[in-house]
Amino acid sequence: MTRSVIRLITTPEDHRIARLAAAAIGLALIDAAIPLPLPGVKPGLSNIVTLIVLARFGWGTAAWVSGLRVIAGGILLGHLLSPGFFMSLTGAVVSLFVLAGAIHLPRRWFGPISWSVLAAFAHIAGQLLLARLWLIPHDGLFLLVPVFAVAALVFGIINGLIAARLLADPSFINTGTPHV
Amino acid sequence: MPWLSLVRRGDWLVAFIGAMLCALSFALAWQSGVAEKAIVRRGGEIFAELELSRDRQIEVAGPLGITTIAVSKGRVRVVSDPGQHQYCVRQGWLERAGEIAICAPNQVSVQIAGRKEPYDSLSY
Repeated sequence: MTRSVIRLITTPEDHRIARLAAAAIGLALIDAAIPLPLPGVKPGLSNIVTLIVLARFGWGTAAWVSGLRVIAGGILLGHLLSPGFFMSLTGAVVSLFVLAGAIHLPRRWFGPISWSVLAAFAHIAGQLLLARLWLIPHDGLFLLVPVFAVAALVFGIINGLIAARLLADPSFINTGTPHV
Repeated sequence: MPWLSLVRRGDWLVAFIGAMLCALSFALAWQSGVAEKAIVRRGGEIFAELELSRDRQIEVAGPLGITTIAVSKGRVRVVSDPGQHQYCVRQGWLERAGEIAICAPNQVSVQIAGRKEPYDSLSY
């Protein structure tokens, strides 16, 4: 009997993405476990990872981590390809587009908190649009906009603060960097 | 390390704009308040008030027979009426405050009531 071994060639970059995505997925699971009264209002803790990755490794890595988190999170939470999954995917994609622009703001004045708030607003805007076009085709949906806007602002600031704090912490410098 | 030192000047600006957006969304979304209603009258008396947010169909018995009125997707219309000319049926969907369909022969009318009616009486 011959034993066949399939060996995937992985780069240090792949390892880094995998590790960071694992952290993001873990936070996404915690996120899903937090009970909140309104569907759609979530802290979005895994975005802290996205923000840190964005600051340290750039947009490409952040997009990978975010995408893997959405798909793997969908599998783990059992909503892959369900409406909830597409909401999550739309939010992530729209946020990444906004972040691609936001990282070009002058760093002296705009830090992770700005990125986080901008991404959070983009997230709800994208999701509301998808929900209006596909899931709930009625303008009554927009009565919920204030709730989502306040949630985006509050959680955006909190997540941004946590990301900024972790990025500024000297003992945190080496975690997340490759040692493969 | 104090948290406030992490907030850069532009961050304050972004947070402020975000707060303004929130305030704006409250003002825009919740100014109209309660859902609009359609008022059905028979012989001048209010027969029923229908929430436009809930789809349903009612039958109003007039002197000639039964007039059917339906609410769907925030609009209301007269589905059928025993009257001769069918003016109120042909008027189709009513969706703006103040719009009215009158089935005069059967003494039934349906009108959309908004928070602000453009006028409350007409005189000649």
